[in-house]
Amino acid sequence: MSTTIGILHTTIRGDEKLIIEAAKKRNIQIKLIDVREEIFNRKTYKCDFDVALERCVSTVKGTHATRFFESIGVAVINNSSVASVCEDKFVTSCFLQKAKVPTPDFAMVFNTEQAVKSIDEMGGFPVVIKPPLGSWGRLLAKINDIDALEAVLEHKEVLGSPQQKSFYIQQFVKKPGRDIRAFVIDGKTICAIYRDSPHWITNTARGGVATNCPVSKEISDISKSASDAVGGGILSMDIFETDDGLQINEINHTTEFKNSEKPTNTSISGAIVDYCVKVAKNL
Amino acid sequence: MIKTNCPVCDGQVTLPEKTEESEIISCAECHTKLVVAKIENKTATLSEAPKVEEDWGE
Repeated sequence: MSTTIGILHTTIRGDEKLIIEAAKKRNIQIKLIDVREEIFNRKTYKCDFDVALERCVSTVKGTHATRFFESIGVAVINNSSVASVCEDKFVTSCFLQKAKVPTPDFAMVFNTEQAVKSIDEMGGFPVVIKPPLGSWGRLLAKINDIDALEAVLEHKEVLGSPQQKSFYIQQFVKKPGRDIRAFVIDGKTICAIYRDSPHWITNTARGGVATNCPVSKEISDISKSASDAVGGGILSMDIFETDDGLQINEINHTTEFKNSEKPTNTSISGAIVDYCVKVAKNL
Repeated sequence: MIKTNCPVCDGQVTLPEKTEESEIISCAECHTKLVVAKIENKTATLSEAPKVEEDWGE
C-alpha cells in the first residue's frame, strides 16, 4: 500500500508546492489539510492519511494541529517536542547550551535593569534583541549602546504584546557578511547554503542571497549535534562562522527551502518526502 | 489556465498551472496579494491575502 502524507498547512508557499511535486514523482499520495478549515474534535475527526507533515506558516496553529494529531495517534513530522523547542529562540538556546553545542551567549530578562546586568555579563554591547517567537528576521534589533537599549525596551513595554515583553538578548556575533543555513534530515546534513548580505540580518526573506555552501565535516558535525540536542526530524540550522569556529544561531522546524534547491542542486523537497515515507513505514 | 477577476481592482488574473488552494498570488494590475480561496470546476475564487502575523515564519 502506498503511503499517504497529510500536509498540515495554512498558506501554501512555493516550498509546499515543491513537496507536492516531489511526492507526485515518487507516486506518494498527498492529502492537503488547511488547518484553518478543520474541526479538531477527537471524538469526530476522521483521519485518512498515514503520517502528517506540519508545514503551517502560523506557528501557533501548527503547534495546535500537531498536538491534536499526536493525541489521536498520528505521527507528525516534526513532533510536538521538537516544535516546542525550535519555535522559541530562548528554549532552543537553552537546549543547545545544555548539550554543549556552540551557540552565542544569551539571556532572557523581563525588565531594563536586568537587561543591563545581563549585557554586562555577556561582555557588553553590541547585542541583539529578538522576539522569542518570530521569523524572517522580523523585529530584530541590534543594540549598540544603553540609549538604544532603553528606547527599544520602552517601546516593547508600551506597544508590544505579552510575547514581546520577554526580552531575549543574544551576544552580537560579527559575521563575514554571510551566515550558513544547513538542511538537516534525521541528523544528516543534505546540503547547505551561504546567505550573503551586506546587512547584519542575512535572512533570504530580507534580501540575503543564497549560494551553495559545501558541507564540511565541521558543518555536518555541529548540525548533527544540534539536531540531536532538540530531538531530530526535518530541521535547518542557521550557523555563524566565528573566530572560535562555528556556532548555531537558530534552528527552524518548518524550514523554507525553495530558494536553496537550485544553488545546492539538491532536492530538499524529495528528501523531506522520503523521510516522511520512512517514518510512516516504521510506525 | 484558469482566469478570474481580482476582488480588489477587478482586473483579470490568470492562475499559473498547478496553482493550489490556499496559495498566495499577486494581481498583475494592482499588485495586491491574493489568496486562492477555492478552485472548483475550472473556476477560482480569490480573496485578499491575510496580513503577515506575529507568529508567521519557519
